Amino acid sequence: MKKGTLTLWLIALATLLYVLAPLFRHDVRNGFEIEKFGRLPVLLNGRIKPLDTVARNSLLIIHGNQTVRLPHEQLTPMDWLAEVMLKPDTADQQKIFIIRNLETRTALGRPPGAKNGAEANAFLAALGMVPDPDKYWSFRELFPHVQEIEQQAELAGRVDAPLRSPFQRDIMKLYERVVLYHKLQNSLQISGTEDFKGQLDALQKAIHPSAIPMQSGISAEALQSLSALSQTGYFFPIPPFPPVDDPLQWKKMGDGILHFVTDGKMHPAVLAFAAMASAFEANDTSGFNTAVDNYAGWVKEHLPSRVRKSNLEYVFNQLQLFYSAMVIYVLIFLLACASWLIWPEKLGRYAFALLLVTFVVHSAGLIIRMYLEGRPPVTNLYSSAVFIGWGSVLLGIMLERFFRNGIGSATAAIIGFITLLIAHHLSMDGDTMEMMRAVLDTNGWLATHVVCVTLGYAATFLAGFLALLYIVRGAFTSSLDRKTAQSLARMVYGIVCFATLFSFVGTILGGIWADQSWGRFWGWDPKENGALLIVLWNAIILHARWGGLVRQRGLMVLAVFGNVVTAWSWFGVNMLGIGLHSYGFMESAFPWLIGFCGSQLVFMAIGALPAHTWRSQLESVKTAPPVKMADVSV
Amino acid sequence: MAATASTSAFARSPFRALASLRLTVVCLGFGMLLIFLGTLAQVHSGIHAVQATYFQSLFIFWKPAGASWGIPVLPGGYLLGVVLLVNLIAAHATRFQFTKKKAGIICLHLGVILLLIGQLLTGLFARETQMRIDEGQTLAYSEASREVELAVIDVTNSEYDNVVAIPEKVVARGGVVQHPSLPFTVRIKRFLPNASLFMRSQVPNAPASEATIGVGPTIVATEQPRTIKDDERDLTAAFVEVTGVSGSLGTWLVSNAIPDPQSFTLGDRTFELIMRQRRFPKAFAITLLDFKHDQYAGTDIPKNFSSRVRLVDQERGENREALISMNDPLRYRGFTFYQSGFDNNDTTTILQVVRNPAMLLPYIACGLVALGLTLQFSMHLFGFVKKKR
Repeated sequence: MKKGTLTLWLIALATLLYVLAPLFRHDVRNGFEIEKFGRLPVLLNGRIKPLDTVARNSLLIIHGNQTVRLPHEQLTPMDWLAEVMLKPDTADQQKIFIIRNLETRTALGRPPGAKNGAEANAFLAALGMVPDPDKYWSFRELFPHVQEIEQQAELAGRVDAPLRSPFQRDIMKLYERVVLYHKLQNSLQISGTEDFKGQLDALQKAIHPSAIPMQSGISAEALQSLSALSQTGYFFPIPPFPPVDDPLQWKKMGDGILHFVTDGKMHPAVLAFAAMASAFEANDTSGFNTAVDNYAGWVKEHLPSRVRKSNLEYVFNQLQLFYSAMVIYVLIFLLACASWLIWPEKLGRYAFALLLVTFVVHSAGLIIRMYLEGRPPVTNLYSSAVFIGWGSVLLGIMLERFFRNGIGSATAAIIGFITLLIAHHLSMDGDTMEMMRAVLDTNGWLATHVVCVTLGYAATFLAGFLALLYIVRGAFTSSLDRKTAQSLARMVYGIVCFATLFSFVGTILGGIWADQSWGRFWGWDPKENGALLIVLWNAIILHARWGGLVRQRGLMVLAVFGNVVTAWSWFGVNMLGIGLHSYGFMESAFPWLIGFCGSQLVFMAIGALPAHTWRSQLESVKTAPPVKMADVSV
Repeated sequence: MAATASTSAFARSPFRALASLRLTVVCLGFGMLLIFLGTLAQVHSGIHAVQATYFQSLFIFWKPAGASWGIPVLPGGYLLGVVLLVNLIAAHATRFQFTKKKAGIICLHLGVILLLIGQLLTGLFARETQMRIDEGQTLAYSEASREVELAVIDVTNSEYDNVVAIPEKVVARGGVVQHPSLPFTVRIKRFLPNASLFMRSQVPNAPASEATIGVGPTIVATEQPRTIKDDERDLTAAFVEVTGVSGSLGTWLVSNAIPDPQSFTLGDRTFELIMRQRRFPKAFAITLLDFKHDQYAGTDIPKNFSSRVRLVDQERGENREALISMNDPLRYRGFTFYQSGFDNNDTTTILQVVRNPAMLLPYIACGLVALGLTLQFSMHLFGFVKKKR
């Protein structure tokens, strides 16, 4: 007994070590304290965030990945961004623009080879089976084609979004990425500026600040480059001065300098960033590190609450909690499945312990996100994926706690894995903590309606996956005995009840929200309809069961279809591109959705096969009496 | 009592069949199919058309191209709603006793009944109109966004106008309209539900206009298919002939695309003719004092829209300011005013004005359903946990 407990603790400890490992790595590159640089807060898209977040999201958009693998080293997002902003000559040579579309490559003057079998080769390359030399491009390689890209993107932009060809969509995206890169380059200084600090010092000496900039003695050329810096800059690095906590008063670099020209007060942040730029360019590590340290001290003193959040977000970025959780969920699933074959007691317990620890990790990620955003857990599609996984795992843990047969763990783990994988792909579009548009800017409704509906999704998926487990174990293995089958039936029934409660209440709450903000309770909007479909389907399952229209296997088959209904409501309606709730994206996800729904139909068909074709024989089920109304209403 | 409904039960008592769970399941199934198809149809038909054909109807008809008849293929929203309602009430009348154990189910089903009734009443009686007010402007009426009227206004007296408004339905029917306060008849010669209007100079070789007077002769009006897009509205037009006792005064082209009224005199009285969005007069007036459009720092993502208005009601002695913003409407005398849109560089507000006598029902229903489901399922859960222990 004691030995068993020790093993459980060891497992928990090892998991935590794995999750927290990134904290022990410090990002110091060639002596530059890039990590501290990455913690500095800036304003972008209405939110104050660390530079590291800007780097990560930009790199995801441009590169499709959060690390840059060079022949001899790996760059962190901040290593990369520091180069882009402060050493453009080096950055421009890094092959970071990922271009998968072959037509786009042709447009850039590199057709996929004319020799025989080139097509097949390109296909293998796309699968990663042969090296693909043209997959990554540097800015320098793209530069001669910028005009061509812009023209093609403009042509594509005239076509209605749903009608665009893959090439048109790709070239538009490439254009956006090139623009983003260009903006990043011109955020702290005009790209390629030599000794920015020195130039600023000279400017400070040369001019006499005046409300009318032209009268201050600044050259027209300098004034022009300042306004260019303001217009092109991607983010707002300069906090309000004198320091107040008002996001609306953050400025771009150009405006920060212009403020000195008109007002005579040089913002310490402007000088600090200029000092960093000059030192980084001159390979002066101590100068750079001192400038970063000094400025970090300044913001910490004047905007303490922002710095706390910014630091936490940096740590959150480093940890990648959802990614770690995703990996461990796979392990849990394998452990739980193995427990049905060997050592059911031991492996089941290990899987459950691991599940509990991973749930803590998953919850921590969720809570940190909520704190950073100041919002309830679900604010967009990305966070809905994270939360559906979380809800399913929570319910799975409760099931496992009661039944102790590995089923709750296995199902929770597989849903946790799939939803986090979906979230991972959704995060490719950029910042997942966006500001909420006017009508959504209400924490009360986000916390009630959205959370209820999302828990309804989670529960319906859980019931569906439990039913899948029933069908797979019953049809393909002989491991589904009567007792397990019955406990699975109980679980599915209970979870469907739970799903009905949450999806029903959540859907009506949505109606009431709509009544509060648009004056109509129900508008037959696709997303509303999707939620209603889930309610109706769960109601059908319950009524069919109560009416004795289905028994154990019928219940399972119906529950599997719940997966199809929920997947449709979650993603399908977004792909229609209509209605108030549509997000307009994800052409690439469409085949996956179709594939998922198709696979569920196949499982339903297997579930409906005559009982004698199954490997597990469950004769008793055939003779089980239908549930009576009197019984279920106990 | 067993809930199984078999065909023999159907034979025994049609009432029992009406109360059967089988019927419930079938109706819910059809409901899902209807909603799914209704969602898909929105891609091509627009939400308003879909609402009318799928959800606010008794049957969905399949119509061969060009035919005026159709075959009913699916029950519509109203039919399904009513059958479910009857099914539910019948089930409670025959099967359920009022016991403590059934409290949850009864409570929840009562909520569902209220929800269905509420939607039925809303579909039948609710009215959505709009108010489009510029800053500083005062309005005492709201307008239908998708319905026009032909207004004949007697402006002879400078103190007040005398308005005869002919609804779109009547104009669409065509024929002659006569009203006791008008010394002439109005004949609708041609009605175009949706039309494009161009200056005659821009359209070479256009056929001669049916209009003989007013701006009509200088304009070419061509009929267009009605719009299905939610963010567009039809430009409606009509050719109308005004005939007094001494004969025709001429034929006018009227349209909601022509903003200014066209005037004419008959005897010593002056009249104006205008086609405009149908108006619903209010017993009170609303003035827009200020419209605000806030954005998040450094973005064009809207953070909030709000309209500061003054509400003046002579009848009730009301004269006060109110703030209407997203998620925070103004409610007054049975009307609810929602922030719906804006225009003209943030100086014009568009308010959605809704009157819905059944507005409260969903709120009560939500409470009942939540309570009922929670009661029912927690009883299950406690029973289950006890058994397991």
